Amino acid sequence: MACMKPEPSASDVMRRRTRRFVVLALAVAALAFLAIAAGGINDNLVYYWTPTDLRAAGNKAYGATIRLGGMVSAGSIRHHRGTTGVEFDVKDANAIVHVKSSGVPPQMFRDNIGVVVEGTMIRSGTFECHRLMVSHNNEYKAPQAGQHPTNGKELEKLMRTTEGL
Amino acid sequence: MITTAALGRLLILGALLVSTAGAFLGFASGAKRSEEGLRWSRRLAYAFGALMLLATLVMEHALLRHDFSVSYVAHVGSRDVPVWVTIVSLWSSLEGSILFWGLVLGLYIAAATRFTSRGNEEAMPYAIGTWLACGSFFSFLIAGPANPFLTISPAPLDGPGPNPLLQNHVLMVAHPPLLYLGYVGMTIPFGFGVAALLRGKIGPTLVRAMRNSLLLSWIFLSIAIMLGGWWAYEVLGWGGYWAWDPVENASLLPWLTATAALHSAMVMQRRGVLKGWTLTLVLSSFLLTVLGTFMTRSGVFNSVHSFTQSAIGPTILVFLAAVLIGSVTLLALRIDTLESEGRIDAPVSREGTFLLNNLLLVLFTFTVLVGTVFPLVVEAVNGKQMSVGRPYFDSMVVPMGVALLFLLGIGPALPWGRTSHNEIRRALLPPLIGGIALLILGVIFGARNPWTIVTLFAGGYALQVTLVQLAKLRHSRRSVGAYVIHLGVAIAVVAIAISSTMRTQREVVLQQGQSTTIGVYTVTFTGTEERSEPHRTSSIARIAVTKDGRTVTTLEPRMNQYEMMREPIGTPDVHSTIGGDLYISIASLEANRAGLLLIVTPLVSWIWIAVLLMAAGGFIALVPRTVIPSVARDLGGRRAMHVPRTPPAQVPRAARDDMGVA
Repeated sequence: MACMKPEPSASDVMRRRTRRFVVLALAVAALAFLAIAAGGINDNLVYYWTPTDLRAAGNKAYGATIRLGGMVSAGSIRHHRGTTGVEFDVKDANAIVHVKSSGVPPQMFRDNIGVVVEGTMIRSGTFECHRLMVSHNNEYKAPQAGQHPTNGKELEKLMRTTEGL
Repeated sequence: MITTAALGRLLILGALLVSTAGAFLGFASGAKRSEEGLRWSRRLAYAFGALMLLATLVMEHALLRHDFSVSYVAHVGSRDVPVWVTIVSLWSSLEGSILFWGLVLGLYIAAATRFTSRGNEEAMPYAIGTWLACGSFFSFLIAGPANPFLTISPAPLDGPGPNPLLQNHVLMVAHPPLLYLGYVGMTIPFGFGVAALLRGKIGPTLVRAMRNSLLLSWIFLSIAIMLGGWWAYEVLGWGGYWAWDPVENASLLPWLTATAALHSAMVMQRRGVLKGWTLTLVLSSFLLTVLGTFMTRSGVFNSVHSFTQSAIGPTILVFLAAVLIGSVTLLALRIDTLESEGRIDAPVSREGTFLLNNLLLVLFTFTVLVGTVFPLVVEAVNGKQMSVGRPYFDSMVVPMGVALLFLLGIGPALPWGRTSHNEIRRALLPPLIGGIALLILGVIFGARNPWTIVTLFAGGYALQVTLVQLAKLRHSRRSVGAYVIHLGVAIAVVAIAISSTMRTQREVVLQQGQSTTIGVYTVTFTGTEERSEPHRTSSIARIAVTKDGRTVTTLEPRMNQYEMMREPIGTPDVHSTIGGDLYISIASLEANRAGLLLIVTPLVSWIWIAVLLMAAGGFIALVPRTVIPSVARDLGGRRAMHVPRTPPAQVPRAARDDMGVA
């Protein structure tokens, strides 16, 4: 085969070298990019947890960004005098977490309603929430007497909402 | 007497039949080079468009007549809503939106068959075959898993009306159609790309057809993305326009690859290189629209922009897999048939910056894609639910965005081909004035964020280069269009940087008559008001806004309670000025007490304006030469349009008949 082709000229060799260099440089850049992206994702994960999940995570829970979904424990809501803040407990079947929120709670916020709070767990054992969402029921049905608006599916949907992230 | 639903089903079955036949016929007559086959493929393409149009008209007719025996009308129709809501109900829920999708696809295919055939006779059968294969898939969706024409018996007397969030703002009339025009439009360049690969040849007329169709959907997609952000801003009440929502990302991804493809196609036309790369980008753009369709239509994400039914998810996933495997196979087997005819010999040149632009846009696409798909992969693997937080996207994308903005200044300043150091210096130094000027201006107005300051510098640099180029007036109309687009991009990026880093936000609870201040404004809660319309009742908080003691306006953020809905939806109100917006939304409202979110954001309106400027630039570049010859002449376009500015010896391809191997 080699005899069929003319000897590669000096510029051909140069070109091949340049190409090899470019391919190598691109590969290195791609790897670096992947490493940065992977690190970026890892640092910015938002975990979707229930109070039970949060308790089960132990020390891992501190510092991570968490979306905590559960019910507002009846009688636990305390409004702060003079500020917009509010404190309450979020519970599920097995665990309960104390939550502190600084924003104005939404209209529907009340006892026994499904909420998703986004924020971090601090060492004192309080969940500091910077975002409070109330489970909206978007079904086109009139509410039936005695029916709780909260059920697992609704909360699940709310957990996954990305609105206003 | 045939019922409306049955008539609709019949038309869709017809469309399925016609498109499937046309797809097979197209590929067969492409392989056999049969002229008769091409003629019939074209007829079938027109027939597909006509059947889709008729089916949509039947649906609109049923919606307007409140014919609740048709399942989709029973699902979204209501006698209580205004007529405009009834008309747009077509795309307010899953089944109807897929039908509307079919309509847009049908019209695109018919128009592309009509207007791009001349000079592309050899590629056309493959292209029509590809389009009709997509048409066949969507007809199947409409006929099967997402059928809007099912018969309901006995017919209900009234329906629930469309999703209230969609009734809540008039932008919903415009956003979905434009998004579909952008999304579905990617099918057309995809068809041309497949045809080029199958033929192993991509001539100048085919490049032009591919580029124009790509540009057209790019324009629609740009406007649609902007309208989506604007709608989120005006309706959702959290005061932002972009949240890296997976569904927003889904619309951004094909836009990014299409932008890259539009640029690399230019290098392809000029230098005869990057053919395989350009086709890869065109194919990826289409693939990403299918991925986006899957993400928005399958219910894997819960987002305000998405529909949460999941019946058609698996079907779209199969289609996505088929298109992906088909595209990769085709590229792997045929990419070598497209030979380069030149090479890029100077890194510091116009084409060099195009390469860098492409590299950055592809990285951008990957970043967004990885962040969007990662949670899906994790959940599929170990069932854990999580999402990728906004800081990931911001920290990754901002540097790339700034680099792209800077390139947008450097690229057009540099000439094509090899240039002397002196020339480079003369081209690159003067725009520093614009960069530094905008930077200083920004700092005077209070910009402190380092990335904002860098963006201001790059933006000022790019603006000066773009304006100088526009002032020269010796460009082809295509270049004028491109520079108008660049102008829009530069303004948009600067406005995004400033509006996202320099906003102030407060949450307050006001008693009736109480005031507070935000930015330069004083806002007073003067009272509440109830207003009722047939389909909703609104509780309105009346907020008087004053500035320096003078009344500016009264804002009326409200809670809208819709019929058939359990809980109210808050709707913000915005006072927009050219310098910035005052944005007020309600968190909670009682008779004499209002919990309010107050936000002052500078330069938001500039984003909407800039995107409209981009769209206008796109249309300037698209309008056929023959339509406005006088304008082209005024711009000295005739000369520049045909003769490349680089010496002819370097660029024979542009003039050559065919750019591939014969």
